[in-house]
Amino acid sequence: MIDREEPRIGAFLRVTRAEARAQAEAADRRLASGNGSAGPLTGIPVAIKDVLSVRGVETTAGSQILRGYRPPFDATAIARLRDAGAVFLGMTNCDEFAMGSSTENSGYFPTRNPRDTSRVPGGSSGGSAAAVAAGEAVYSLGTDTGGSIRQPAALCGVVGMKPTYGRVSRYGLIAFASSLDQIGPFTTSVRDAGLVLQAMSGLDPLDATSADRPVDLLSGLELGVEGLRLGVPREYFQVEGMEAGVKAAVDRAILQLERAGAELVEVSLPHTDYGLAAYYIIAPAECSSNLARFDGVKYGARDEDAQTLLDTYLRTRRRGFGTEVRRRVMLGTYALSAGYFDAYYLKAQKVRTLIAQDFAGAFEHCDAIVSATTPTVAFPIGAKVDDPVAMYLNDVLTLGGNLAGVPGISLPCGTSDGLPVGLQILGPQWGDAVVLRVARAYEVARDA
Amino acid sequence: MREGWEAVIGMEVHAQLATRSKMFCGCSSDYLAAAPNSSVCEVCLGMPGTLPVVNRRAVELVVKTGLALGSEIARHTKFDRKNYFYPDLPKGYQISQYDLPMCLGGTIDVGGRTIRITRVHLEEDTGKLVHAGDALHTAASSLVDLNRSGVPLMEIVTEPDLRGADDARDYATALRAILRAIGASEADMERGQLRAEANVSVRRAGAEALGVKTELKNINSFRALHRAVEFEIDRQIDVLEAGGTVVQETRGWSEAEQRTFSQRVKEFADDYRYFPEPDLPPLELEPAWVEELRASLPELPAARRARLAERHEISAYDAEQLTQDAATADLFEATVAAGAPAKQAANWIISSHPTLPAARLAELIGLVVGGTINREQGLAVLEEAQAGDRAPADIVRERGLSQVSDESELARVVDQVIADNPKPVADFRAGKTQAISALVGKVMAATRGRANAKVVNQLLLTRLQG
Repeated sequence: MIDREEPRIGAFLRVTRAEARAQAEAADRRLASGNGSAGPLTGIPVAIKDVLSVRGVETTAGSQILRGYRPPFDATAIARLRDAGAVFLGMTNCDEFAMGSSTENSGYFPTRNPRDTSRVPGGSSGGSAAAVAAGEAVYSLGTDTGGSIRQPAALCGVVGMKPTYGRVSRYGLIAFASSLDQIGPFTTSVRDAGLVLQAMSGLDPLDATSADRPVDLLSGLELGVEGLRLGVPREYFQVEGMEAGVKAAVDRAILQLERAGAELVEVSLPHTDYGLAAYYIIAPAECSSNLARFDGVKYGARDEDAQTLLDTYLRTRRRGFGTEVRRRVMLGTYALSAGYFDAYYLKAQKVRTLIAQDFAGAFEHCDAIVSATTPTVAFPIGAKVDDPVAMYLNDVLTLGGNLAGVPGISLPCGTSDGLPVGLQILGPQWGDAVVLRVARAYEVARDA
Repeated sequence: MREGWEAVIGMEVHAQLATRSKMFCGCSSDYLAAAPNSSVCEVCLGMPGTLPVVNRRAVELVVKTGLALGSEIARHTKFDRKNYFYPDLPKGYQISQYDLPMCLGGTIDVGGRTIRITRVHLEEDTGKLVHAGDALHTAASSLVDLNRSGVPLMEIVTEPDLRGADDARDYATALRAILRAIGASEADMERGQLRAEANVSVRRAGAEALGVKTELKNINSFRALHRAVEFEIDRQIDVLEAGGTVVQETRGWSEAEQRTFSQRVKEFADDYRYFPEPDLPPLELEPAWVEELRASLPELPAARRARLAERHEISAYDAEQLTQDAATADLFEATVAAGAPAKQAANWIISSHPTLPAARLAELIGLVVGGTINREQGLAVLEEAQAGDRAPADIVRERGLSQVSDESELARVVDQVIADNPKPVADFRAGKTQAISALVGKVMAATRGRANAKVVNQLLLTRLQG
């Protein structure tokens, strides 16, 4: 399937055939042994976003600066799937260091949307979304910093979930913005998303921001929405550039949830308008620091023509990083500089607190929030590459969930102009199970 | 201090905390013992995707230090990133503390004066560069050793309360004694476990405004600290008296040339773009836990110094020397408890740094004080007792070392020496009194050093003057 689809889609940066074969054979033995060591993920093939460290496998975060880098260790999420008997197919394409919403910022090549190859798959986890949409992998892993799982899931017509911040260890995830990044799955069904998340979740002594909380994502999955209150945030339906076809599909989905027994309540997230600005200060500020380690001294590509230390830094980073990464590093450096810190970074953190309070307030009136995942369907390749702000607006409905640290899922809810539309369900902090439960209820109603 | 001038000095001391493992990973923090780049892991190498986890013991040692200095211990504290590029800093930032340090305020007593502590905070150390060649600017290449990367460091900052080179040295000595007493750091300057930087400026005596300061680095011993500060004060006064101005800069201390030299001129303030470390949740220091640590603190050097001087009637100097580290003071007290006279015990411990158990040291001192052996013999016995882990009394017995004080036994030898050495005898009688020492030496030689010199002296005088 990968051989057939790859020339058309370009979802993978690297396919690890030998490793996959060895893991598949080990999984076969485990399944055949009948000793109870096999689980639901044993022998199931998974594609991995190129930002998650896999021991011995080239992992580059979609960047030329990490070309040739093979981590000597597994990310915790990867180690847990390895223990569960997963079969690793390879590393999927993404926007460089997960910065982007179309996978066009990859340091290698753009990925195409399997539903219409003239269009982007979304991003930054575009390769992982496309791999599942094209049937190249049963499931895949992505990371979501401002919508990088949910947005491409919506645009490719698959299920994608970002758990509560702290649910899945970030150890081994090549950081973009540490306080926002979370790892999550792409699948074709809500149950599969819950299964994968269950396997990856839980306290990790290697990640001080991972939570010591019980993880039970599956036992309430089929309880339905009868008796649940679903919040409809009015600000999320008034965002700039919301396409009529997207709004119609989402309205239909919400109506189906109401018919399935949910009570709809209007809620307000009053600081929504400030989310984008706050996000594009906090995320670049953290990235400017996180990416400082790519200096040509220790790993990855180094410019060998440099004559001085400063020159080594400048040339290595100028050559190794793409335009969007350089833009965000500069933005973030500026925002953290003496004299600007209070006006930018500190103010953005205050907005972040207000947005988290918005969500906490809304969840006093409802059990989950429903909205569109993105204002538009998949756009043509090249349409927004020269307009960063238009590109950033893709994330306007998803980045609030990252700023507030709450869980969210996107699942397909029909089409607009023949292209998939995503329904987003957001839950309160640690309410990952209720998000999955509402998503599952919609899936049942939709497929009935 | 030169007439009409005053120096103003503030110190920043970095102390390596006495933890087994590094600040944010499980690697051994004993970086000196390991081959280059062998005491490292993916975390302290700063590999992509790795995350820090706080070493609880390091936090404990900083809090204990704050308690020992009388600092206010923060209820809420956090780590921040200090961003800058350098090859010995693998992440491109150092995890440190910016605006919410663990300990604020505090004091330390230096020579009867109170020096104010500004703050104490926790951070990680960087790696080291090794330059292939004699000097940085001529080196063909530089190599990076990251064994030290991530080793826990505590930074202790004073207010500009110190007034001279003696102050600077005495402050560092007093701080070392405290850190050792509470087990926070081994604080060995030569091994880089205690790194002192002094901010030095001078002004006319009586002036209010501070002069331009320089920051002194590369100081590897207490002696070097004293000399560097002394040199720098003189240099600044020379510059100002010649009508020049002091340049704000970092100056290194050259041990070879015994002078400070300009390392880096600060044209503008560094911008480290500090921001809260997003990989580490803020730290809450529970008051109950802090109180537990307070209760666990041993007696501090200042208190112990006062107690030893008073109870054992030893000099202030001796008490100070004995309380440089807890083990020395412990040995002194145990030796006295085992029966040694305090003054003698202090002398032996300060001058010979014995490694004997207290009971054996007391036994040895008893042999000297009781006149069984003389002091020179005592030193030889000490050496042998330490080397062979044996009791001093056994050594004295086996070697037949015991001192001869018996007058009748010594009188025979003395008479023989007088008979055999007419020249010094004649000299003495002619008024050259120092000639007696040659005769004492002959008696000592004849008794293989065992004669009680005092008794011999007396016997000679009686015979020669009589």
